[in-house]
Parts: sequence; structure tokens; C-alpha cells
Amino acid sequence: MTGNGIEIEHLDKRFGNFHAVRDMSFAAEDGKITAILGPSGSGKSTVLRMIAGLERPDAGRVTITGEEQTWVPVQERRVGFVFQHYALFRHMTVRDNVGFGLAIRKEKKPEIRRRVDELLELVQLAPFAERYPDQLSGGQRQRVALARALAARPRVLLLDEPFGALDARVRQELRRWLDDLHRELGVTSLFVTHDQEEALELANEVIVMHLGRVEQVGTPNDVYNHPASPFVAGFIGSANVLNGTVRDGHLVFGEHRLPGAAHLPDGATAHAYIRPIDVRITQGAPSGYSYRTTVERINNLGPSSKIRFRLTDGQALLADLPNDVMPVLEAGQQVLLDLRNVKMFEREQDPKHEAAAIA
Amino acid sequence: MSIQTQRLERTTPRARNSGGGSRARHLVATVAGRWSLRGVALVYLGLMVALPTAAVISRGFGHGLTALKDALTSPGAHQALKLTVVLAALTAAINAALGTVVAYVLVRYRFFGRGAVSTLVDIPFAIPTLVTGIMLVVLYGPNSLIGGFFVDHGFQIIFARPGILIALLFVTLPLVVRTVQPVLLEMDLAEEEAARVLGASRWTTFRKVVFPHLRSGVVAGGLLSFARAMGEFGAVVILSGNLLNKTLTAPVFVYQLLSQFKPDQAAAVATLLFGLSFLLVLVTERLIVRKRRS
Amino acid sequence: MSAREIRPARLSTTARRRLVHGGLITAALVYVGTLVLAPLVGIAWAAIKPGWAPWKETLTSGDALHAYELTGIIALISVLVTAVFGVMVALVLSRDRFPGRGIVSAVADLPIAISPVIVGLMVVLLFGRGGWFEPWLTAHGIQVIFAVPSIALVTMLICIPFVIREVVPVLEELGNEEEEAAKTLGASSLQTFFRITLPNIQWGLLYGIALSTARAIGEVGAVIVVSSLIAGQTETATLYIFRLFEQGHDDQGYIVALTLAAISIVLLAGIEIFKRREEKELSS
Repeated sequence: MTGNGIEIEHLDKRFGNFHAVRDMSFAAEDGKITAILGPSGSGKSTVLRMIAGLERPDAGRVTITGEEQTWVPVQERRVGFVFQHYALFRHMTVRDNVGFGLAIRKEKKPEIRRRVDELLELVQLAPFAERYPDQLSGGQRQRVALARALAARPRVLLLDEPFGALDARVRQELRRWLDDLHRELGVTSLFVTHDQEEALELANEVIVMHLGRVEQVGTPNDVYNHPASPFVAGFIGSANVLNGTVRDGHLVFGEHRLPGAAHLPDGATAHAYIRPIDVRITQGAPSGYSYRTTVERINNLGPSSKIRFRLTDGQALLADLPNDVMPVLEAGQQVLLDLRNVKMFEREQDPKHEAAAIA
Repeated sequence: MSIQTQRLERTTPRARNSGGGSRARHLVATVAGRWSLRGVALVYLGLMVALPTAAVISRGFGHGLTALKDALTSPGAHQALKLTVVLAALTAAINAALGTVVAYVLVRYRFFGRGAVSTLVDIPFAIPTLVTGIMLVVLYGPNSLIGGFFVDHGFQIIFARPGILIALLFVTLPLVVRTVQPVLLEMDLAEEEAARVLGASRWTTFRKVVFPHLRSGVVAGGLLSFARAMGEFGAVVILSGNLLNKTLTAPVFVYQLLSQFKPDQAAAVATLLFGLSFLLVLVTERLIVRKRRS
Repeated sequence: MSAREIRPARLSTTARRRLVHGGLITAALVYVGTLVLAPLVGIAWAAIKPGWAPWKETLTSGDALHAYELTGIIALISVLVTAVFGVMVALVLSRDRFPGRGIVSAVADLPIAISPVIVGLMVVLLFGRGGWFEPWLTAHGIQVIFAVPSIALVTMLICIPFVIREVVPVLEELGNEEEEAAKTLGASSLQTFFRITLPNIQWGLLYGIALSTARAIGEVGAVIVVSSLIAGQTETATLYIFRLFEQGHDDQGYIVALTLAAISIVLLAGIEIFKRREEKELSS
């Protein structure tokens, strides 16, 4: 397949008063898996549906493998779509479900049969060919849905929260399985999810969305380690948020000073984002960049512990420490902390944006 | 890998599409599609329901209120209307209560004969109303065992108001039961169980937890029964005797006006009656929709 | 809610509860039994009491056969028309959101709530003497009132709500994801309807069709208004029964009435089966 995978330009959509998608543009590279990651209500499903043709944009363009599709009816777009709740045809067998797209195109029966068998082999459901959807488990149904979407050789594969309706173990299985499938087939895939673990694990590229806009586009490593905005910093991976004022290139709160605020204006209110695994206990005397805290609560979780520390100005810090390097701690004990990989952002103008980031 | 090689095979002949499809062409296609279905539905209902309704209203009130006045001043008119409304209200009330009991029993209990009761409840939907009237005459008529017994004690069922009430209860029974049953089925048993765990008696549980859920269903079923009872003809015309000022009901009255070649008056009274029905249907519709959404 | 106290003087709570349960069940059984079952038994007895001899004579008379035939044809036409249009209306009501949808839904429900006599009146006012369409009809020599077309028309009017009321909830319950999936796989709207939507609504649709057939067969109020009551021409089965009683042929009347009741009950069996299938599908 040639062409540039999927491209959207300035896509905009409102539902009544609700502005679901605001002037979004991005490109999903040919042959790769791209994830659109965002919380509920961020507009990500709407974007996917507009690419498929199930919704019409108010403005903007959709291009698939180099052909503009914005006003092409969904039936003619040759996209594969996988729904969160499978949407299998309840009155047809698995075989008829998978072969549906080919039957519509009036392919010859033996050809359809061959192709369906091929796909059922691929999704490892060959013995279930004559069953009906209500006789299958959730994971099996989703595999049938995938086979059905792939049977007609779509140009791209679109998945709307494909594992959202499944329980945790099945979700992980299918995730691994989709990964293998994509390696084998190489179909350009775009999936939508609110599960960051899923996005980070599966995708070659992640598009973080919030309130109808793109927050950041990058590899999983980019968005995890180099968040471009407070929202991304707060949404991806768990994070501690410390509030303070910028003075002299440092974030000041109580008696503490955190370096790394050089890019922020002096006197501004700002937030620092620190991941629990970047909080470490340090020995020795208090220095400029170690922080006095009191141990508040310890949760032993097997290989590691989650510990809550209280800083002298009243703010809290959650740390994730592996048990083998951790000294024995007690509640009420005074401990010095070392903080690494701190990301700092100025306090946002938009309170809603900020609230979502901190939540 | 067989699949990979096939990936590079022919693209399917269809769906090679020129340019990106024009916005105009698409808009026309969707609008045409949506409006053709909507259009058919609206024209169908318009021709079949709206048009005839307009005809009745225009005939009944085309010359102002004279037709209505004439109709209402003819002998027996007032009595007929009053009787119809009172009997319909009574029917609705009784079936709202007993119908709810039947629905509750059918949903919440298992007992011998449950399937039979469920089927029996649906029978009034299927039986011709004329046959209903005949059945009741056979069962309660002056020559029957039961009817004869009552007549001997001065209480007449057939050709008297009690008979009409029984007929109306018969035809409206399924309306309440079938409106309440789905609500009960959908209701989360957990709520009832939670109340009982907290110590509430069955009756209190019903009153405070179950009934509020059912309320809109019961009211909707009751209103529908009322409208249905007001319009009943086939059973009533057979078993009431249609006695002026005694057992003449509004629908039979309208029929009589028609037979007397007074279409204007008939139309006037008919407009009144179905105006009321339409109102009831609107209210019922709102109740059911609101219930379904929550 | 106070904790339960020990009340040795009264019945134990379990026994009291059983009494209440038993009482409710009995009440329901008694009510439905006397209201519905008893009359059915009564008419069966009345029709069978005089013996089987009059049966053959009554049911094979020319008038009877004509009446059954007319009823059959009318029912067939009415149910077909209202089923096809009913599905269309149901699709619009459940899938299309437009202002005034509530009113359209109420209009579709209206025939259930108005008296059949009024329905007959409506048709008379449109097609009868002095009616809106009368001049055009006489000019073309078409007879509607007091002829079969008007009987078909009123029956159709009466049957409008049944399919709609049954199919709308099914469509709403199912949602339209399957249809969207079909479209992404290339199916046109028509293909989607016949291959996906129709099979999904089949039990609700059949249930509605069975109900409207029963109604069509049993209609009397509207038909009596528009029919000329001429035996062998515009006399439906119900009108035939009516005439038999007017003319004092009670015994024959019971027989024909029982046959209609029997047909309705057979239809009812169909109704019950379709309803169970529909419920089973919706719950899965």
C-alpha cells in the first residue's frame, strides 16, 4: 500500500453546543500503529468516526492513502472498523459475519470461503466458525470483529476502544495478540483508547488528546518522559504535583526550593510534576536540594512499597520504592528526599484544563 | 506468509473513487435519503390520521358551535357522556390497582398456572369485542345461572351498567398489566433486596421502593385504559341494551346520530371524545419515554 | 425501621408472609379467572350445548362463507399495508431525531385510543355523501363508502399503531451499531436494512403483525358505520354475527362467535410465541 496512511487537517465538529473536536490536524503513518489517547469526552471517538465516515465533520479534510475522503460515503471508504462492543451481527454465524464484507461485494462463494477460513486461522477461531455471537466470550467476539474488519482488505484499520469492554486479563492477552497481528500484516492502524498502558505498549506513535485538541504527538517515550504540557504530564503515568512560586529559576514552596524553573517567569505560580518512581530517599545532612519530610503512611505491595511523605509546607508526595533498596521506615519518621526528572509548568489560564491535569 | 503476499494483490475493483467525492453530491444524497424515509412516514401518517381528523373537526365545528349544541341537547346526550366518563374512570382505577397486582404476581412469583395466567391476560387483545359482549351475555345474562341468580335478587348485570363495567374491565385488563410488567422486569431486584435487608416489610418495600418505579407505568396504563374504555363499542352495543339515559354510552350515541343522518352532530361529539383521547395519548407517551430514558 | 420484636401472640412472620404471598397470588388468579376464563368457558358451552348438528349448516352457508372470505381478504390487505408502512414509521421514530417527534409518535398511537365508531365516521366524512373526496369519486364512478374499499380503509386505520408500537422499542433497545458496522463493510442502506435490521426486528415485527391481524378480524364498530350491511357483499364475519343475533338466530350466532374466538386464540398462541422469542432476544 502506498500513500500517507491517514491524514486529517483542521477537523472540527460540534454536537449542538458541545464542541467535540477543535481544529485537529495530525497524520498517522503508513504501516504503523498510532494511538489516540485521551480521557472520556476528549473527542477521540468522534475523530475516529469522522475518519471512518460515520460522522460528518463541520470543517476540515480527511485523507486516506492519499485520496481525499471527506465527503465520500462510509460504504465506499474501504476502512476496517472495530467497535468497542463488537457490533457482531447477532443473527449470523461467525463465518457469515467475517464474510459479510466480501458477500456485499459479490465475491464468488469459494473465494469467500477461502478468505474466511484464512482469517479464522489467523485469529485462531477456526473451530468456532459455525457458532453464533452469543455463544462466544467477549475476547472471542472481538477477535471475530477484527477478522471481519480485515476480511475485505481495508486500506486502514480503525479501532474504537477495542478492549474497553473486556476484563483485565483478556485485555492484556488481546493487546499482545493485536501487536503480533500488526507485525504480521502491517496494516496502517489507528486506535482510540483512554488506557495509557495500552497506548504506550502497542503504539508506534501516540497522539494525546484533551477537550477536542491535540496536546502532544510523539513516541511513547516522548510523551512519557518529555510531556509537553501539564495535562500530558498529569495524565500519563501517575504524578505528584507540587505548587509553588517561581523565584530565581527555582520553584519555591515553604522552606523548599526546586531547581528547573529557569524557563518560567519570575513570580509566577507554577506546578512541578514528579513521578513516584523518581522520588528517592537520600542519606546525609540536608543540603540545598534535598527535602525534609515526615513519613505518613506505608503500603507494602510485594516487590515495592507506596509511601506517602509530608513536606514541611504541608504538601504531600507519593513515592514508589523497591523494597530491596529501601531502608526500614516507620510512620512519623523524618526522612530526606531526593527528587529527579521534575517537569515544571506555569499555572494555566484555563482552569478546566488545569483541573483535568491535576486530577 | 500467504497473507502478506496477498496484501499486495489487486485492490478490489469497486470503490476507486474519483477526487474525494463532492460535498454537494454527498449532502444531497444524505438529505434526500433521510427525508425520503421521513417523508414517507409523515405522508403516511398525515394521510391516514391527520387528514381524517381534520375532516371530523371541520365537519363538527365548521358552523361554529351549533352542531355541538344540537348534539348535546338531544335527549340522552348528557347522560351518555357522563356515564361513559364515569365508567371509564372506574375501569381505569380498578384495573390500575388489580392490573398492577397481576403484573407483580406474574413477575415476582413462581406458581402453578403462571403461564396460563399470562396467556389469559393477553386474550382480550385478541378476541373480537363483539364476541366479548356475547360471552358476557351468555355468562351473566338473565337466562344464565349467574345472571338469573342476580336478577332474582333485583340486581341486573346484562342490559344494565354493571355489565358494561365488566366488559370494559375485560378489554382493558392487558393494557395495565403489559405496561407495568416491563417496568417490573427491568427493575433491579437489588433495590428491593437492599430494603428488605435493612428491615423493611414486604408492604413497606413495595410502597417506598417498588411503587415509585412503577408509578409512571401504572399511570400510563391507567390513562390508556381510560381512553380505550371510553371508546369501546362492540361489546357494549351487544350487552348494554343501549337504553336511553340508562345504559347508552357515548360511542353508541355517536353511532345513533350517524344512523339518524346527523353527521355534523356526530362529528362534533366525536371531536370532543377524541380530543380527550389525543391528550391522554400525549401524556402517556411522555410518561413512557421519560421512563425509558431514565 | 425498628429491629424485629418477638410477637408470640400473632402469627410468626414467615407464616404471615406466606399468607400475604398466597393471598396476592389467589387474588390475581381469581380476578383473571373470573374476568377472562369464565366467559370463554361460557361461550364454548353455549355453542356446544345444542350439539354438533347445527355447526355444519351454519358454517357452510353461503352467507357465512362470504363473511369469512371478506374478513380474510380485508385482514390480509390491512395487515400487509400497515406492516410495511409501520416499519418505516418505526425506523423514523427510533433513529431519526427531529423536532415534533413526540407529536408524530402520539399521532401514530392515536387509533388505539379513539373509538372505532369515530374511525368509521372519519372515513364517511371523507368519502361519503358530502365528503371531501366525494365529488372526485362520483366523477370517476368509484364507490368507496358502503363498499369493500371503505371496510379495508377503516381496518387499516385501526391497525396503524400495532406494528409501530412493537418495533420501536426493539429498535431502540438494539441501537444502530450493527448497522454502522455493516456500512463500514460496504453495505448500502437498503442492503443494511434487509440483511441486518430486518432479521433483528423479526420477532417484534411478527408480534405486532399477529396483534394487528387479531384486531383486524375482530373489528366491528368502524365497519358497521361504513358498511351497507348487505349480506354476501359487504358483510364481514363480525357483522354477520351481529345480524344473526338481531334476527334472533342466537344458536347460530354462538357458533360463528366461537369460531372467531377460536381463530383469535390460535393467533394468540402465535402472539405468545413471538413475544417470548422477542423477550429472549432482547435479554441476551
